Amino acid sequence: MSISVQHISKSFKKVTAVNDVSFEVNEGELFGLIGPDGAGKTTIFRILTTLFFADKGTATVAGFDVVADYKEIRNNVGYMPGKFSLYQDLTVKENLDFFATIFGTTIEENYDLIKDIYIQIEPFKKRRAGALSGGMKQKLALSCALIHKPKVLFLDEPTTGVDPVSRKEFWEMLKRLQQKGITILVSTPYMDEAELCDRIALIQHGKILQIDTPQEIIKHYPKKIYDVRADNMYRLIESLKSFEHHYSVYPFGEFVHYTDKREDFNPQELQQYLAANDHQNIKIEITKTTIEDTFMELAK
Amino acid sequence: MKRFIGFIKKEFYHIFRDTRSLFILFGMPIAQILLFGFAITNEINNVDIAVFDKSNDATTQEIVQKISASNYFSIKQNITNEAEIETVFQKGKVLAVLVFEKDFKKNLTKDNAAKVHVITDATDPNTANSITNYISAIIGSYQKEMNKNSTLEYQIETKSRMVYNPELKSVFMFVPGVMTIILMLVSAMMTSISITREKELGTMEILLVSPLKPFQVIVGKVIPYIFLSIINAVVIVILSLFIFKMPVQGSLFLLALESVLFIITSLSLGILISTVSATQQTAMMISLMGLMLPTILLSGFIFPVSSMPLPLQVISNIIPAKWFILILKGIMLKGVGLAFIWKETLILFGMTLFFIALSVKKYKIRLE
Repeated sequence: MSISVQHISKSFKKVTAVNDVSFEVNEGELFGLIGPDGAGKTTIFRILTTLFFADKGTATVAGFDVVADYKEIRNNVGYMPGKFSLYQDLTVKENLDFFATIFGTTIEENYDLIKDIYIQIEPFKKRRAGALSGGMKQKLALSCALIHKPKVLFLDEPTTGVDPVSRKEFWEMLKRLQQKGITILVSTPYMDEAELCDRIALIQHGKILQIDTPQEIIKHYPKKIYDVRADNMYRLIESLKSFEHHYSVYPFGEFVHYTDKREDFNPQELQQYLAANDHQNIKIEITKTTIEDTFMELAK
Repeated sequence: MKRFIGFIKKEFYHIFRDTRSLFILFGMPIAQILLFGFAITNEINNVDIAVFDKSNDATTQEIVQKISASNYFSIKQNITNEAEIETVFQKGKVLAVLVFEKDFKKNLTKDNAAKVHVITDATDPNTANSITNYISAIIGSYQKEMNKNSTLEYQIETKSRMVYNPELKSVFMFVPGVMTIILMLVSAMMTSISITREKELGTMEILLVSPLKPFQVIVGKVIPYIFLSIINAVVIVILSLFIFKMPVQGSLFLLALESVLFIITSLSLGILISTVSATQQTAMMISLMGLMLPTILLSGFIFPVSSMPLPLQVISNIIPAKWFILILKGIMLKGVGLAFIWKETLILFGMTLFFIALSVKKYKIRLE
């Protein structure tokens, strides 16, 4: 077991940030904490990286207790906070050198591990970190978090504020790191990224809603989901919500995701209802369930 | 150890890449010492005065000549009627008017007494006081010359001698004060800002989740500033030696040691400030308001501690700068050795230990 969290709770003054959370991450697993902003993801990260004390519960990382053995944990984990936290007035190379040095290693020693990532920013190694683009900053931050070959890697919202192409590249890098035997705990508010994890925990208001593989989570979704679209989306949502058999209605990209209360629902019926309500260009198609649908259902 | 050196290297990068803090570090000490040395002075030099000589005889002319020959005063104007006295003051042309009574010489020889009136512009009380004293002294010495041959018995003559600063140069008083303030400011403010910057930018979070010990982080932050402060101290001493001809009577080595002690005191204060403030701005405000003001006002730099009300005198004892100024004056002006300033040194040393202990206790190895 690489990470074990048992009944952790943590409050700040009046707000309960984390409420009785338990989960376990296996060695070499890519585990995702999925939830919206303010769900308590960062607090869990900070408890696991020994920055916060939990009010209740226990946790171990790489076999070390987060309170008693905090020094060992600090030697054995890589941490990339949600906010870009490198020295902006130092160059790419100097940042990497600095983090290598304080972890008692050198760039050369662990170059293999970061090669894939670092090679993309190496042409800019004399540029100051503050002058890098968002995607390059993430790559540099990841290189710095990896330079000491950590057993466990904590990535707190690594792709927030990063363009879609860089996001995709970033997840490919995580997959490669995982193959090198590093356990990765990653958090993200993007539901589409959840499907790239081995297992995920859906989290909201400091509570874990469900833990499983993305496939299982989707499989257990109880309803069939329909993509509905029409010319006037706003009015469409209004109409769907006033349809007497509706179970859930929420916008999803360019569509509205619709589920019905009944098992034997016939889309034709909905089509007629919408047509009767003056909607044009109505399209109703059954669609694949995503993590986001599950989350919306669980978070209800 | 390699980790530690890497950390210090990083600190130097920060300092040398930030032109603003570089300017504060090296520009300010030079500017301040020159400013205090040249502009702010209690001495009087070439003060413009006017003379209203109602008698205009040989004696008054001799006195006026003596005064104008003194370098302290220059006779700007001769006045011929009472009303003009008010006018020249209002115009701000002169700071003093010297009025000789009618028949000055006659009265002096006949009645053994003659009157001269010194009227000064007391909008600046210190200068007015000095002017009165200087003029009285010049007239007094003229009188003594006149009486050289007379046979007055029983005469008490006060002879004063100003030791350690015989010319009463105010720069001698300011140099120790300015040096204290600059070392305090550079050391305490710069370290507290540099530590809080890491908190503000979030890099402290990463440093905490690293094998670097808190002790290493703090000492690593402090060492570059010890070097820079020492350079500053040397620059200040050189400036005062060569530009203001300020003597260092005592041992330079002792001066250096005491300066390093005070630098460490200030740095430990800076660390303490950084443990209680979350942003650079707070750290700067605390340094300026909490350290600079008391240092300037209560350390005896500008206002002598002995003339403060008792409660302030008591408070002044907890200000490290007070003790360092005493040490500096002792070494630079009086030329004393450690035997005479061991008490002040010990107090500074104790304060340093106290501040370090307090900061170590307050330093958080976690975020909360």
